[in-house]
Amino acid sequence: MKNNKSFADRHKKLTEDIIHIIFLIFGLITVAFVLLITVYLIIAGIPAIRKIGLIKFLFGTKWASTAAEPEYGILPFILTSIYGTAGAIVIGVPIGFLTSVYLAKIAKPRVRAVIESAVSLLAGIPSVVYGLVGMMVLVPGIRKLFNIPDGASLLAAIIVLAIMILPSIIKVSLTALDAVPKEYEDASLALGANPIETYFRVSVPAAKSGIAAAVVLGVGRAIGEAMAVMMVSGNVPNMPSLFQSVRFLTTAVASEMSYAAGLQRQALFSIALVLFLFIMLINALLNFFLKRSRGTKEKHSRKRKEASD
Amino acid sequence: MIMKNNIKTKRKAYSVLMKALMGISVTLTCALVLFLIGYILVKGLPNISWKLLSTKPSYLDDSIGILPDILNTLYVVLATLVIVLPLGVGAAIYLNEYASNKKLVGIIEYASETLSGIPSIIYGLVGMLFFCQFLGMKTSLLAGSLTLVIMNLPTVMRTTQESLKTVPQSYREGAFGLGAGKWRVIRTVVLPSCVDGIITGCILSVGRILGESAALLFTAGFAHALNGIWDGLTSAGATLTVALYVYAKENGEFEVAFAIAAILMILTVLINLAATMVGKYFKKKKNI
Repeated sequence: MKNNKSFADRHKKLTEDIIHIIFLIFGLITVAFVLLITVYLIIAGIPAIRKIGLIKFLFGTKWASTAAEPEYGILPFILTSIYGTAGAIVIGVPIGFLTSVYLAKIAKPRVRAVIESAVSLLAGIPSVVYGLVGMMVLVPGIRKLFNIPDGASLLAAIIVLAIMILPSIIKVSLTALDAVPKEYEDASLALGANPIETYFRVSVPAAKSGIAAAVVLGVGRAIGEAMAVMMVSGNVPNMPSLFQSVRFLTTAVASEMSYAAGLQRQALFSIALVLFLFIMLINALLNFFLKRSRGTKEKHSRKRKEASD
Repeated sequence: MIMKNNIKTKRKAYSVLMKALMGISVTLTCALVLFLIGYILVKGLPNISWKLLSTKPSYLDDSIGILPDILNTLYVVLATLVIVLPLGVGAAIYLNEYASNKKLVGIIEYASETLSGIPSIIYGLVGMLFFCQFLGMKTSLLAGSLTLVIMNLPTVMRTTQESLKTVPQSYREGAFGLGAGKWRVIRTVVLPSCVDGIITGCILSVGRILGESAALLFTAGFAHALNGIWDGLTSAGATLTVALYVYAKENGEFEVAFAIAAILMILTVLINLAATMVGKYFKKKKNI
């Protein structure tokens, strides 16, 4: 009898251990995926950089991968990605930020709910749909408005990107603004500041880490977007200029991948590696701001507790 | 006196200016959403016909049908969900119920955040190198789905984890007190109480899969052929988004592209509604 029980116990213990290990493996899969992506990009990306030379690859101003004497300089792509992202941030952040302040502090709950669902809809629209609308509305519009031969340009890409990062900026800033303790605002109002002054000079500074995280998230989205940009930017490897057809880091990879071979193909992987490094840098920055934002939230609640004690 | 007045007007001007700027921003955002929905539906709906939905493209009659693309999309959605759900839910359960090592939890969470920040074009590239070439799957819907599994893992993990955190500790303690083992507690107490998180993760993933194109371009390809039920997964095929891209950018078939865009738009609206409704339903249920 006793023997029997201990066998059942041992059996139970074994099953529990096995299940524990299975779940551990599930947990480690994300880490494995990140390693897989990193290792693959490095292995695939290094050979071409070695052959071309790092300086020549990163700072070469001419990309002519199909020429008789091919040249692989990706500076135009890097600069286009940076300019395009900066442009999208300059347009998208003020609009998104002001909208989120309105939603967090002024809008009535019903209005807020409607606009919030509209914003999530904006986030859910596939990027090719943005690309299509950009192609059919924005590109001809720019051509007519500025009287240039082709409207597919950096400007068109910037506008599309600004629209596409809007939802992330609004949502993340909204969360940060919602977390500002009401006591701060009450104190400011009691001291004689009017509501608008309170929102912009008390609430916004209190939520600044969260808003910074929103901007960084927007940067990440903009620099990583491929399809929509490919459809409106014209795809010619020029040095960036507002009214010229340009090629981004993402679109450089996408546009030649289907037919590239040999060194040209390897160079595309190297471009992806450069893009990946940019993204990792942005991720680290994002993490930093998110952590700080969580830190301030804890500080808020601690202060509130002290006050109530 | 004059100075006081001056400050007063300045403050007033600041308020008015900020209010106006906020008004403009909100109006712009709303107008944008309305314009996008209106424009796509007006341009797209008239082009949707039964023939378009139920046939495949044919060079003989010079006609275009998107039935293969619809089926491919369904395949990719199903295959991705079947694989990503156990992985994501399992990882979330590990983090919330088993993990005791804080450092390891930190590493896993950092990895998941990293995954959600990587752009889809990089997923497409690695998917092509790893699944299509290294594992020898060629360009196929299966390779595309596996790539999307990696992309959607953080989403499912996060929603499940959030809902696991709301399961009261007393439920677990009650079950442990009655003598249940850990696995039994998870199976019978924890999992049923986090169904809402799993469903939300599902809906969000479906939305992302429907909208994804860059990751699928090089992993699933852009064929428009109709395949049998069984060889569907192993053959190449375009999903609706990829088909939209190909028709708009390479073939100049804008009518078809707008029809697909309208379908995608309607699906996006439905998915958003579903996500909100699921959230509300479970919130009510949990409060009771």
